[in-house]
Amino acid sequence: MESQSVLFYLISGLTAFSALLAVTASQLFRSAIYLLFSLIGIAAIYFMLDQDFIAAVQIIVYVGGIVVLIIFSIFLTQDSGVEMRKSEWWRIAASGMAALSGFLLTALGLVEYNFVTQSDNLVTGGVKELGRALLSLNAGGYVLPFEMVGLLLLAAMIGCIVIAVKLKELPEGKENIQ
Amino acid sequence: MFLQFSLSSLARTFHEYLASNIGEGFLLQVLEMVIMGLVLIVFLVLLCFFLGYMERKVAAFMQVRLGPNRVGPKGSMQIVADTIKLLLKEGLTPNSSDKFLFNLAPMIMVITSFLVVAPLAFSSNFQIWDTSIGILYVSSVSSMAVIGILMAGWSSNNKYSLLGAMRSGAQIVSYELSIGLSLISIVILSGSLQMSEIIQSQQNGWWLLKGHFPVWISFVIFIIASTAEINRAPFDLAEAEQELTAGFHTEYSGMKFAMFLLSEYINLFVVSAIAATVFLGGWMPFHIGNFAAFNQVMDYIPGFFWFMGKTMFIIFIIMWFRWTFPRLRVDQLLNLEWKYLLPISMVNTILVTIMAIYGLHF
Repeated sequence: MESQSVLFYLISGLTAFSALLAVTASQLFRSAIYLLFSLIGIAAIYFMLDQDFIAAVQIIVYVGGIVVLIIFSIFLTQDSGVEMRKSEWWRIAASGMAALSGFLLTALGLVEYNFVTQSDNLVTGGVKELGRALLSLNAGGYVLPFEMVGLLLLAAMIGCIVIAVKLKELPEGKENIQ
Repeated sequence: MFLQFSLSSLARTFHEYLASNIGEGFLLQVLEMVIMGLVLIVFLVLLCFFLGYMERKVAAFMQVRLGPNRVGPKGSMQIVADTIKLLLKEGLTPNSSDKFLFNLAPMIMVITSFLVVAPLAFSSNFQIWDTSIGILYVSSVSSMAVIGILMAGWSSNNKYSLLGAMRSGAQIVSYELSIGLSLISIVILSGSLQMSEIIQSQQNGWWLLKGHFPVWISFVIFIIASTAEINRAPFDLAEAEQELTAGFHTEYSGMKFAMFLLSEYINLFVVSAIAATVFLGGWMPFHIGNFAAFNQVMDYIPGFFWFMGKTMFIIFIIMWFRWTFPRLRVDQLLNLEWKYLLPISMVNTILVTIMAIYGLHF
């Protein structure tokens, strides 16, 4: 086997293993940490495919953002260090069924889709080309999705501010209009 | 230019020597990676020895005392003695801690710090990994450090540690924004994320000199935010010793504690090196316009010395802060970021964009 494929199976094995541990760990905080490892593993696969930009974005968004958010919310809840009680058998069975059917669906899609091996002509993820493609109005440009995502994020940000904003204390007996 | 000495020619000679003995191929690649890793580790550990010594001497200078002066000439062996002491100490693991995560946390801290060093350009053509996403890589990998801190704080099973970790997490997550925005201003001006291209764009002058006041603003914001990012005074709330004993590393001792210290000093170096690369031209010598004689004299100083000199200057400034400003309260800390630095850097980004579009810089 080539060193490339050895590396690939090593990384994807570790990713899958830590994803499994994230589901089965008995402490919430440990689950979050295993999830982190699995996300880093995915970033490693991107790095291996020479898609540096996507890998860096994967790390900055998922590892630096979402997992930290998850850990914070775990810290703010009570009993984060206590072992969770064992689930009832029907819950385990149901989640196992759900996972299995999801896996089968994906596997079916992979088998049905005939992959064509491309050795040359691979997509080079240069940052400049990526930036041009994101803002290009021509065919193959992504300016509309880009702007839509920007709008969505702006709406989410305004929503956050509305939730977090501190209203001025009103004198007694007066209701707040909002 | 026979007088010019460059690290890249040294590296090339070494590579040719190895290739003639082993032959090109997979083995050579692996061997060179291992050698590079070892060189990096030795360099960074020696650098941390130096920074530890420098920190104490600078502190002593600021407080009009002598500082370490017993071990070795002028106390320069003090850090070696401290390291031996830490090596001989027992690395305790508290009984009620989460032992796996407790031991993992310092390793994650050190690994993250080492990873960030990869795209730094030490001299012309002397770089471990000249990736096309240089700056983005640095900011993304350094965002993993917060996980190590949170892990250490939680797994210690100690209230002080947990509080310290929470503070530090909130601090790092918020100040990352300002760091990103201030770096983006230079990315806009130089049009690239790649370290070597950013340095190349400063051939006719460092960005700090030719970028007018928007770049000065982003430089100041970068220095403030990165001091906060690496948990140094006046932003060292995470380990505020009067309130939290030692914050997230209260329970650590021996070599595990030394690893936190190591990663802290490497982070200090990395942050200063990024500032030196992005704003002060990295290994680029200082040139004055068309003053050929002066420029030629400056060219004789090797790039490595320029890089290290600039980096050390910024490290000195950050050490200076520690003895100049009182520590901020938590609410002041978050106000500073969210109410001042972030809006200023957002407006500044727009100014820089206008400047870049109309070519208003030199």
